[in-house]
Amino acid sequence: MSKPITKITPNAAVFFDNDPQDELTTLNIGPTHPATHGVFQNVVQIDGERIVSGVSTIGYIHRAFEKIAEHRPFYQITPLTDRLNYCSSPINNMGWHMTVEKLLDIELPKRVQYMRVIVMELARIADHIICNGILGVDTGAFSGFLYVMQEREFIYEIFEEICGARLTTNIGRIGGFERDFNEIAFHKIEEFLKRFPPVLKEFENLFVRNRIFIERTSGVAAVTPEDALNYSWSGPILRATGVDYDVRSTAPYSSYEEFDFDVPVGANGDVYDRFMVRNEEMWQSLRIIEQALEKIKKEPAGVFHADVPEFYLPPKEQVYTNMEALIYHFKIVMGEWETPKSEVYHAVEGGNGELGFYLIHDGGRTPYRLHFRRPSFINYQMFAPMSSGMLISDAIINMSSLNVIAGELDA
Amino acid sequence: MDKLDNQIVINRLQEQFAEQVRVVSDPHGLLTVATEATTILDLLAFVKEDEQLRFNYLTDITAVHYPNDERDFCVVYHVHNLLHNVRLRIKVFINGPVPTIPSATTLWNGANWMERETFDFFGVVFEGHPDLRRILNMDELEVFPMRKEYPLEDPNRVDKKDFYFGR
Amino acid sequence: MSKVTLAEAPPGVEGAGFFATSLDKVIGLARANSLWPLPFATSCCGIEFMATMGSTYDLARFGAERPSFSPRQADMLLVMGTIAKKMAPVLKQVYTQMAEPRWVIAVGACASSGGIFDTYSVLQGIDEIIPVDVYVPGCPPRPEAILDGVLKLQEIVKSESLNRRNTPEYKALLEKYGIVTDNG
Repeated sequence: MSKPITKITPNAAVFFDNDPQDELTTLNIGPTHPATHGVFQNVVQIDGERIVSGVSTIGYIHRAFEKIAEHRPFYQITPLTDRLNYCSSPINNMGWHMTVEKLLDIELPKRVQYMRVIVMELARIADHIICNGILGVDTGAFSGFLYVMQEREFIYEIFEEICGARLTTNIGRIGGFERDFNEIAFHKIEEFLKRFPPVLKEFENLFVRNRIFIERTSGVAAVTPEDALNYSWSGPILRATGVDYDVRSTAPYSSYEEFDFDVPVGANGDVYDRFMVRNEEMWQSLRIIEQALEKIKKEPAGVFHADVPEFYLPPKEQVYTNMEALIYHFKIVMGEWETPKSEVYHAVEGGNGELGFYLIHDGGRTPYRLHFRRPSFINYQMFAPMSSGMLISDAIINMSSLNVIAGELDA
Repeated sequence: MDKLDNQIVINRLQEQFAEQVRVVSDPHGLLTVATEATTILDLLAFVKEDEQLRFNYLTDITAVHYPNDERDFCVVYHVHNLLHNVRLRIKVFINGPVPTIPSATTLWNGANWMERETFDFFGVVFEGHPDLRRILNMDELEVFPMRKEYPLEDPNRVDKKDFYFGR
Repeated sequence: MSKVTLAEAPPGVEGAGFFATSLDKVIGLARANSLWPLPFATSCCGIEFMATMGSTYDLARFGAERPSFSPRQADMLLVMGTIAKKMAPVLKQVYTQMAEPRWVIAVGACASSGGIFDTYSVLQGIDEIIPVDVYVPGCPPRPEAILDGVLKLQEIVKSESLNRRNTPEYKALLEKYGIVTDNG
């Protein structure tokens, strides 16, 4: 490796110097621990069952997304965004496409925007299913998880119908989608709208008024809105504290302003409120999908991308037969397209909060700099400070209610 | 309450800081201003506390490396007024073998990890940061990997022959 | 009739009231059908493993009912997801903590080869630090593929001789990875 500029000293500050007199125990949780659902290390000092202080260490799956992004053309960055918050990949895909479209000033047809809304809301449901299901598992209720996981499989079936992949979807292109939703996909979305509400209702019934669940979560890890804003929280956990900041309604993108939906907020900011906010958001997502399906019917059929031949890859059969298509194909693939020198920040409401893309473009083939504002990373930093004084078991469910996704945390 | 827009923000900042804050541009409607490392804390405190501006939500802190420029590091702050949904981007250009800038952790606790990440990637030292050490990379790493001179791929790899990749 | 299907008996000599086969095969059969997995899930593939363990795909059908989060009681290490260089020593330690016989499945492109992350921070395949028995391709692999990987491993386990872990070849393999064994 080239010569280092400044030498930094290795730091092992995560290990406490325990005074033998104070009878505190140092406990290492992670990086592989069944309760953390991901690779985070927390070294905590405990007095009996109670945490006195803690230090988080992250970066165990640091994959250098931002560095890779500087070496990849725009459309090759989409697979990277998949692997940020892999529980809701389509939202990341769409967020990235919208960032580039903002840079290039591409206006999408309404139908494409509604299609994106459908995909994003399905992804949000899948994301919240995991979080709330796992929260149930961590509080000792396994069955709820099994019920909703089946519905999540159905969402993945819809994604498969739309793009062919389940988890890391890579849906869409800059300028729209790679193909139209087929009949089966629309049919399956409609079927999902019918079959999911009873399951979600049942799931709610298992938890919402369950004495054990309430005792276990209510009042645990309560956060004031001031603290939450101070720590730059966003997403469901910020809304659980009572701040109604949702990017979808504050700064609507992809025609969210045309949809009628509520932004649920909590009152105490505790684990129970976070659960309830996520649950309610699933209901709202269903409402949005319903409206989007209605709206799509009114739009001209068969439109699935914007008419921007200089940025949207032409269909393969045209590439082989049509001179113009071949030129565009070559230009796009070789990165010979003309793009403005500019910088753009675009945020979408991801599963965990404001997912921002800060793109600095110098007109070249690849971004000059691409920075991801990753909600998990920013939300998680409060975990160690807020754990002080908590019971270990409370800290564990606090962690699962934060829904920290390792891929997004470490980038 | 009047709607906040970029012009009001510009006027308010120029009233307060005069030449110390330069308006750079507003790409895609997002007002971008630049200032110096010496005034950044005052500016952040002002936009956060001011009754009219109230950019009290710190969205993000990051940095950009411009190795060919005179001042080769740019620290970028994004702040957000949630009430009016107005964002402001603040840039600070700094240079030197050890680029240094005051830490914003006194204003927002959330700045802590964002600054650690920036330090980790670029080696920008945030003075006054309570715990400035690497966050994502290994402690043993000797370089700041996001600087442009460092390669993406691990240069120590032996199994990857350039021959197979047409290089 | 019950839907439960019994594991197929290994080839042997059958007669009135007795069945003779080699000990290797019986133990292989028992081991193969009660592989306790240690899910070492770091990223996306871990979510697909969650689906594999979940109600639709149900890994428990193949004798892997109990995910053992303690390496001491696990038979197969399922490494799912990117292993960064920061994580590599942890993975190696988990592997050395497992008791023999132990098997490893590298699930997904990242664990097998580093996948799309050819970067300074990512280990280019876990076989750089620990021996791997089965590689499952995919980014992430579908649950069916993970199940197929487990079934492939079962085949390996069934046909493994009892003496394999004591052979000089096996010891040389571990030595190549710098893993010290104390079982012989």
